[in-house]
Amino acid sequence: MCAKAIRKEPLVPVTAYDRDLLVELYRKMVSIRLFEQKVEHHFLAGDIPGFVHLYIGEEGIATGVMANMTKEDYIESTHRGHGHTVAKGADLNRMMAEIFGKRTGCCKGKGGSMHIADFSVGMLGANGIVGGGYTLAVGAGLASKLRGDDRVSAVFFGDGASNRGTFHEALNMAAVWNLPVLFVCENNQWASTTPTNTANSVEDVADRAQGYGIPGYIVDGNDVFAVYEAAKEIIQSIRSGGGPVLLECKTYRIKGHFVGDPEKYRTKEEVQNMQQTNDPITRFEAKVTEAGVMTDQELEEIHRQVEAAIEDAVRFALESPEPDPSELYEDLYV
Amino acid sequence: MAETKNITFSQATLEAMQEEMARDDRVFVMGEDIVRQGGIFGQFRGLPDSFGTERVRDTPITETAIIGAAVGAALAGMRPIADMHFADFMMVCGDEIYNQMAKVHYMFGGQKTVPMVLRAPDGLINQAAAQHSQSLEAIFQHIPGLKVVAPSNPADAKGLLKSAIRDDNPVIYFEHKALFNTKGDVPTDDYLTPIGKAKVVSEGSDVTMVSYSNCLQTVAKPVVEMASKEGISIELVDLRTISPIDKDTILESVAKTSRLVIVHEAVKQGGVGGEISAIVAEEAIDLLDAPILRFGAPFTPVAFARPLEQEYRLKPQAILEAIRKMF
Repeated sequence: MCAKAIRKEPLVPVTAYDRDLLVELYRKMVSIRLFEQKVEHHFLAGDIPGFVHLYIGEEGIATGVMANMTKEDYIESTHRGHGHTVAKGADLNRMMAEIFGKRTGCCKGKGGSMHIADFSVGMLGANGIVGGGYTLAVGAGLASKLRGDDRVSAVFFGDGASNRGTFHEALNMAAVWNLPVLFVCENNQWASTTPTNTANSVEDVADRAQGYGIPGYIVDGNDVFAVYEAAKEIIQSIRSGGGPVLLECKTYRIKGHFVGDPEKYRTKEEVQNMQQTNDPITRFEAKVTEAGVMTDQELEEIHRQVEAAIEDAVRFALESPEPDPSELYEDLYV
Repeated sequence: MAETKNITFSQATLEAMQEEMARDDRVFVMGEDIVRQGGIFGQFRGLPDSFGTERVRDTPITETAIIGAAVGAALAGMRPIADMHFADFMMVCGDEIYNQMAKVHYMFGGQKTVPMVLRAPDGLINQAAAQHSQSLEAIFQHIPGLKVVAPSNPADAKGLLKSAIRDDNPVIYFEHKALFNTKGDVPTDDYLTPIGKAKVVSEGSDVTMVSYSNCLQTVAKPVVEMASKEGISIELVDLRTISPIDKDTILESVAKTSRLVIVHEAVKQGGVGGEISAIVAEEAIDLLDAPILRFGAPFTPVAFARPLEQEYRLKPQAILEAIRKMF
């Protein structure tokens, strides 16, 4: 019988949280939610081309992890990468412009939603290849080790991606070299159209950690406090040389695999039930207001501020010019 | 003339790494069997003694993670040299090469360069058979964002490797396994061989012969020599860089000779010779006095048994006979 990964519960009462931190966590989650809702709207309106994968319902993970990272730390993201990019502190205007395919975008309109990146905040890129980010994060961790700096590299991936061979190679290399890498599994129950329990050999992806001799933990990914507290302890350990860790965050993909997904593979009731009972933002609001540490008015004010910032980002994207055709030939070689 | 010394191809690549690692702390080396074995062909021997086993590191057998980690380290500010053991293994990490290494600079709008070198020992040696003998450069010539080089001698081996390490773009460095122990004169001063520049090895007036890597030494040069005895003057061009290809040198030579022969060890179908032929056909067909000739391996995998491997190899005599018919 194999040893199971350890489940981590939040232990710090919300009343003990620093107020600025609460505001930051809420602002980030709402920023991601409203950003994604706008992206969905403008994709369906035909303003955004390509493929778009939304992070709605999973905001607690990027927010909780990234609240423990600095701009000097690195992250590798996925095709569902807007949330990670927002949480890492990327400029919303340039992000939105990138998704709209505009020359003012953070990748000059060359990447789009699936290849968004902002190196100025240590966001080393989303990846259109599922499972493509692991080994790059290991390399970023190796760079930190060789330089002797204390940066942490985090790579985000889904339950589906945990079946890629790159998962094995990356965890083994990170473990054998004791690299400062945090592997964050966002187990949202669905690998595109395939339920996780029919595709993964274990119920908990974190159980795979023991195969590499590294710690594996499980948290409720829709409880931002649980994610924050687990990530805080884990990132401190990694930063001080403790080696790589696998953190599995249980969550649920509220939206289809991509915008426009007919979602024939699951029932509407399943989605509605999750949305009503397990929304990370609603859960945060309930917790802080019940504890009396934030008021509805305060939350609404933050919501309004974020809404205005997202409106600005959309306006910036809509008003920005498209790249000139001649820019196709730029940035190929240095 | 600069002073030279006579060293092996392998030693030349070692010197290139030593000099560049001493020059730039960000350069490091990783691959399989580098520390204890010195690389499978001895091309890293002694390097860990000079720079330690952190900067010259043995990896697990994990080609995908080697290249992926090299890309990630490059994105985080380092300048990795990653060894592939055998070039045949490159498609094990195909995604890391063509979707990550080749793409990230471009698709992220030029935010970050990927300064890394992928060393890829290729080619026929010792009847190594189907999975350890291939020349795969054409595949990578097809992928925008990569630079691809293939030196044919120790001097270029050193100069091109140094250039590759200093280049801010990802460079695939094909080094033919049969070249490692060959010797040649290498300048003693600090020099670079430019990437993207072919070299006229010997001037000629009747035929342009484009070749590269070991094939230039073992096939092209003997043909040039035999032809010259018959009064056929061949201008031998060492391509040196597969991508970006040096059109100018090829076209200038063809303008002079009006005949073109391409000779490479790789499979002829879909090979680099096809690209060169197309360039000349598109841009200079009026200059040609004879159809272009391409020589490469037959469209089969490399076979193990001696007569089969022999059959696979190019025959200088057959090339010479075909050249005679160009006149």
